[in-house]
Formats: sequence, C-alpha cells, structure tokens
Amino acid sequence: MTSLTMVQALNAGLRRALENDPKVLLMGEDIGPLGGVFRVTDGLQKDFGEDRVIDAPLAESGIVGTAVGLAMRGYRPVLEIQFDGFVFPAFDQIVTMVAKHHYRSGGITRMPMVIRIPYGGGIGAVEHHSESPEAYFAHTPGLRVLTPADAAEAYVTIQQAIASDDPVIYLEPKRRYWDRAEVDEASAISGSPWSSRVLRSGADVTLVAYGPMVRTCLEAAEAASEDGVECSVIDLRSLSPLDLDPVVANVRQTGRCIVVHEAPVVLGIGAEVAAAVSQRCFFHLEAPVERVGGAFLPYPPNRYEHHYLPGVDRILDAIDRVTAL
Amino acid sequence: MTEDVIQLLTPEGHLIEHPDYPLDVDAGLLRTLYRDIVLTRRTDVESTALQRTGELGLWCPVLGQEGVQIGAGHAMRPSDYGFTTYREVGIFHVRGVDPVELLHLYRGVTHASWDPREVGLGIFTIVIGSHALHSVGYAMGITRDGADEAVLSCFGDGATSTGDVHEAMVFAAAFNSPVVFLVQNNQWAISVPVARQARVPIAARAAGYGIPSVRIDGNDVLASLAVTRSLLDRAREGGGPAFIEAITYRRGPHTTSDDPTRYRDEADLGQWESLDPLDRLVRLMESMGALDADFVADVDAEADALGARLRDAIRGMGDPDPLGMFEHVYAEPHVQVTADRAAMADYLAAGEAS
Repeated sequence: MTSLTMVQALNAGLRRALENDPKVLLMGEDIGPLGGVFRVTDGLQKDFGEDRVIDAPLAESGIVGTAVGLAMRGYRPVLEIQFDGFVFPAFDQIVTMVAKHHYRSGGITRMPMVIRIPYGGGIGAVEHHSESPEAYFAHTPGLRVLTPADAAEAYVTIQQAIASDDPVIYLEPKRRYWDRAEVDEASAISGSPWSSRVLRSGADVTLVAYGPMVRTCLEAAEAASEDGVECSVIDLRSLSPLDLDPVVANVRQTGRCIVVHEAPVVLGIGAEVAAAVSQRCFFHLEAPVERVGGAFLPYPPNRYEHHYLPGVDRILDAIDRVTAL
Repeated sequence: MTEDVIQLLTPEGHLIEHPDYPLDVDAGLLRTLYRDIVLTRRTDVESTALQRTGELGLWCPVLGQEGVQIGAGHAMRPSDYGFTTYREVGIFHVRGVDPVELLHLYRGVTHASWDPREVGLGIFTIVIGSHALHSVGYAMGITRDGADEAVLSCFGDGATSTGDVHEAMVFAAAFNSPVVFLVQNNQWAISVPVARQARVPIAARAAGYGIPSVRIDGNDVLASLAVTRSLLDRAREGGGPAFIEAITYRRGPHTTSDDPTRYRDEADLGQWESLDPLDRLVRLMESMGALDADFVADVDAEADALGARLRDAIRGMGDPDPLGMFEHVYAEPHVQVTADRAAMADYLAAGEAS
C-alpha cells in the first residue's frame, strides 16, 4: 500500500493503462511537458513518447472529434478536458457522435473512449472552473459516467473506465485532488465500477452522494452521530448506469433519504434518486426525500462558494428536517 | 471555369492534358466511369420516386454531382478509408455499398447502412462538418500504425463554415495527417448560396492552415480521378493533408423536402445542365468509338434491373421488431436500458394477451 493523493493515484492508474495496452493513447491540452494543469499526466509523455501522450491544439471539439476517428481505427483514447466549463465546445461531438456511434452503427463500431474532466468547486477558482455538468452526461444514453470519491477509487476506476468498450465521462472532483488515501498498486483490478458503495451503515438516515460530496457526507454522518443520529452513507460512484438497489435497500431500513450534490438541485441527479426512492420505498418512508445541493444559478464568484456549496452544516440541517417528522 | 480550375475533360468532350495530373485514358476506364454514373443516377431517380410514393421518408438527390464522386471513389485504393455526407451516392456505389442497404436508413428502420470494415467507408453523419474531425483522427491512427493508407474526407461548401471543419484542418496540419479534404462546392447550403459562406474561393481557406489546395471542375470525372488520386498518393507518402475544391452544382433539391424554386434562378440550372458530367463523357466516348450500342443497352438493362431490385426490396419491407430499438445502445450491459427494455416487453406482452 502506498499513500497517494488522488492526482498521484490517477497518474499511476494512467501509467498502468499505458503499460498494459499499446492502443491506449492520452490526448489533451498541456498534458505533455507540463503534465496537465493539475499534473495528473506528470512525466507520462517523457516515458511513453509524444505519439502516445499527445499535446493537442487548443480545441476541445477537435480533441474529442479526432478521438472518434482514433477509436474507429481501434485505439482507446483517454482525453483530458482541462476544466468542467471547457467541455461545452466538445459537447456536440460527445452527445451527437461519441454517445450514439455504437447504436448508430448497429453495434459494429465501438467507442472505447474516456473523457476525463476535473469538475466541481471549492478551490477558489475563476468562473468556468468550478461547474458540475454531470446531469447532462448522465441524461445522455450511450455514455457512462463515473466519478471517484477518493484516491483509492480513482486508481482503480480510471483503469476500469479505460478498459470499458463504451465511452466513459470520467469526472474528477478537483477539490479532492490533494486528499490522500492508501492505494494498493500491486493488486489486480477487480470488481465492477458500475455499482454504488455503502461506506457507512446507520439506522436513522440514508445519505446519498458521489464525487466531492462523499467526504462531506461522511463528515456530516460523524457529526450527526455525536448528536445520536446514525446515518448510512452511500457513494453512487457510477451516475450512468445508476445502481440504486443498495440505496433502495438502505432506505427501506432507515425510512429517510437525503441526496447531496454540488450541482443545482433542480432537475439534477438527486431528482432521479428521489423519484426512484419515492416509488420503490413508498411504504417505508418516514419523511419526503430531501435534496441538498446548488441553487439554481450559474456557479457564483468564489467568495460566495462556501455558501453555495453544500457543507456539513447544510446536510445536518436536512438531517434535522427529516428526523423531525 | 476560371483558369486555376483543373479540367481534363471539357463539356464538349475534348481531353486536355495537365502536366501535374497525368491520366491514362482508355476505353475500359471510360466504360467503367460511364456505367458507374448511369447506375448512380438510376439509384437517385428510383429513390426519389420511392420517396414520392411514400415508401421512404426522405431522399437526398445527387443529380449533377456524380462526376466528382465517381472520380474520387475510383481514386481511392481498397485499403483507403472515406468519410462522407449523406449525398455521396456515387462514392457509396464505387465502394460497393448496396443501395438497398442505403435505403434502409431512409425507410427509417436503421440509422446506418453498411459495415465500415467491409467497404472502407465510415457511416455518414447528418450533422454538417462533424465527420471532418473523425477523418483526421482516423488519419492520425494511420500515421501511428505506419500504414500505407490515406483518408478521403468529403463535405460541402456549407460545412466549411463550421467550427469542426476548422478544427479538422488545424489538427490535420498539426499532425501532418494523411487526409485529403474533398469539398464539393455545389453552390448551395440548402437555400443559402456559397457567397454567404465565404468571400474568397472555398479552396483559399486551406492556405490559412498551411494546407495546399487545388480547384477542379467538379463535373469532370477525369479531373476528379486524377487530382484526387495524386493527392491521396502524396498523403500516403507522408506529404500530409491536401484540399480539393470541386466546383459543381446541385441540380436537384437539397432533399425531397426542399423546394429550390423559392431560391434558385432557373437560368443557372440550364447553364449547369449544359455542363453535365455524363453528357461530356458520352461525347468523348463517341469521338473515340468507345460507346457501342450493345454496351449502352447492357448498362441500361443493368440500371433497369437495379431499379426493379430497389423497388422490390423497399416496397416489401415490414416494420422492425419494437424491442430491436433497445439493441446496441451500449457495448456492455447497462441496467437502465435493460430495465426499460423489460418494461416495454411486459407492456407489449400484456397488450397481446388482452
């Protein structure tokens, strides 16, 4: 086991994928000598060459669109979009081409592509650098969407995403980039990433989160426990497919469910979770499903962000509401 | 045609030699090109008729552009790869796409028609310009593989206004990719004339990327064959990307849903009819004694048989199994698709039971 930050864990996972499969290529802006603006690809071009770790022209649609052609040729491109707010020039290629191509081709042509996107707020960044666009992608049939909550997860799931024969939007919670975890680099990669994980079991409330909010929910559960309220915490991990069976099973025990994400609550991932829980746990619920997340506004200037982002206190407030009933 | 436009076969049917684009012209070649244009034209006419009689939802006519397409199709080697729009019926034909398969798309039973691995031709996309990037990515893969192959990337004058075509040219230049962009300037993007797309000749756009460009007479099948072949050879040999503007005219509507009388000057149409790609080929072949009556009759009979085959195949088609729509959304199982498919199956079964 090695103590790694999420950045280091992703770097190690990418390195292992490059070593294991000659068809794996990395492409993105500034991923070569610079190592990416977050250094996720640090040293990889030096070790694997300029034709496997490719510094692309500054054009996101070009990066994703040429990767479609590379995938048609049999490659497995792993792309870096520099920041969440810069993915939209490539949105057309992702939604129109990447997501649909396997379907359109009648299953003949696969699109084994990973599009890595640092996402979410909490680092005091300028605008377009703190957004949470996951619902767009999770709402698009043909895409898979993964988001790791910690470094150990990142090391494993980035490799699983690359090994997938479907296109994967891989959302990296940038505020957790520097969090450390024990990573087992020696072990074989096993298990399915397309499932949610129960990280903590408590009898009173079920907290559902993914990506950056998993740690926040674990902290909130700890605080609630001190007040005598025991929370389960479930990491969805995969937003497409959405594995809700463990959530449903847990809520049938607790009767209370709170979904937490940074993205605006309105029509977000939490709405789908709430609908499924309401339908499948109807006779077990002690309170309406609560959602804690961003307000319906563009990501605000960063001096507002600690108000905008869900924190432990807002989650505890929601716990109070569902347990008061 | 202005002086910089390469022409090897005049509308009067005379051959012109060009020092940079030599071409061995013999009766066998001309007969092949003649047959391909006639059969492509028949597919076009039959498909339009099938749309008009309600058998197809849509058709995109190719009338007027067969010359550039048949020439470019023959310029490709079997190992080369092409990316096209929906209108490259001539290239589909040369690459061996069965037109019946093509019509399945317009019948609405499939989104794509052929196996790209078999014909070396990507399934086309209806979104304008998107596939220019796919062409360049595929060509980047050829470079990485060290393969003796090149890519032909076809789009129209309107597409050159899109961002994706711009980015495709940037990437092709940056990576010196073996790709030839073939722009069929058919003068129209549905109803908007080419003058609204660019204030310079379309070919002049390429200079800004450091990509050499050539303008050709797009109604001249021989110029298309010779120039495209030469530039594909150059690309395979490491010469990098090139750009062809083929000047032609879409004599039909944009699609069967279009009404060109609302925007087109009929005098222009007459002028372009006089430049028809098949007529000039016929004049040349007649002058060479290469177009005997038996050959013409054989090709006509083949075209009639093709028309009958298309009609029979499409008119008899049933609707697909409803559950077929759930196939191939993902390469690997996905729980949401599985659940929706099961729900639909239950619903259909309940309906049948009642």
